[in-house]
Amino acid sequence: MKIFDIAASAMTAQSQRLNVVASNLANADSASGPDGKAYRAKQVVFSTQNMGGPENAGVRVTGVIEDPSPMKRQFEPNHPMADASGYVTMPNVSVVEEMVNMISASRSYQNNVEAMNTAKTLLAKTLTIGQ
Amino acid sequence: MNKLDELLNYNHQALNLRSQRQQVLASNIANADTPGYKARDFDFQSALANAIAQPAAAQASGGAAPAPAPQPELLYRSVLQPSVDGNTVDMDVERAQFAENTLHYESNITMLTHHIRMMLAAIRG
Repeated sequence: MKIFDIAASAMTAQSQRLNVVASNLANADSASGPDGKAYRAKQVVFSTQNMGGPENAGVRVTGVIEDPSPMKRQFEPNHPMADASGYVTMPNVSVVEEMVNMISASRSYQNNVEAMNTAKTLLAKTLTIGQ
Repeated sequence: MNKLDELLNYNHQALNLRSQRQQVLASNIANADTPGYKARDFDFQSALANAIAQPAAAQASGGAAPAPAPQPELLYRSVLQPSVDGNTVDMDVERAQFAENTLHYESNITMLTHHIRMMLAAIRG
């Protein structure tokens, strides 16, 4: 039974997505990073992973991309990172979107846990055949 | 195929297909957020009819070794609410089918167990 592998791959992918959401939320106000620039929101890219046969489709994260949407510009002349006209470049993290993303990832994770638990129960039941 | 095999064959084939279908549905649930993934499923009734017809045909042609069970034809689920990223997994449908398949799998096991008990009772007298 490949259900365990399939559900586990999806759970790994979803928890990676949760990690990225946590990074984005944590850095929603980071005006400066290691490279001196404001933080850019990250997004994971999911793709189907063949696990032997068309009926066994797992998931994997093929990459983490940077959100191409424009950075937020905030007028704060007293900020140390402000440019000549008094604007500070802030991360392009949308907190509302990230919260929605987090809920979606956590629900998908739960769905896969459920699938795995059901598969476990069925296997245990299979062992009782003939008893 | 002897009488004992014949008795257990139906539930054996049905269990095999149920477990395969469980995998297909688990794949759908796993790929609920994958862009471009199309939900798959197969027609259980026709797949079971094929699987049961197969050993009988092999027996008729005189083949001693049991032929491998035919793979059910995987179809794409018709979609009611398509999403922008090309994914066609409808979680409500998948969860309902998953639960239904689980129940059928368990009932198959119960049936199989009862058949075995029945034969044991007949042997012991």
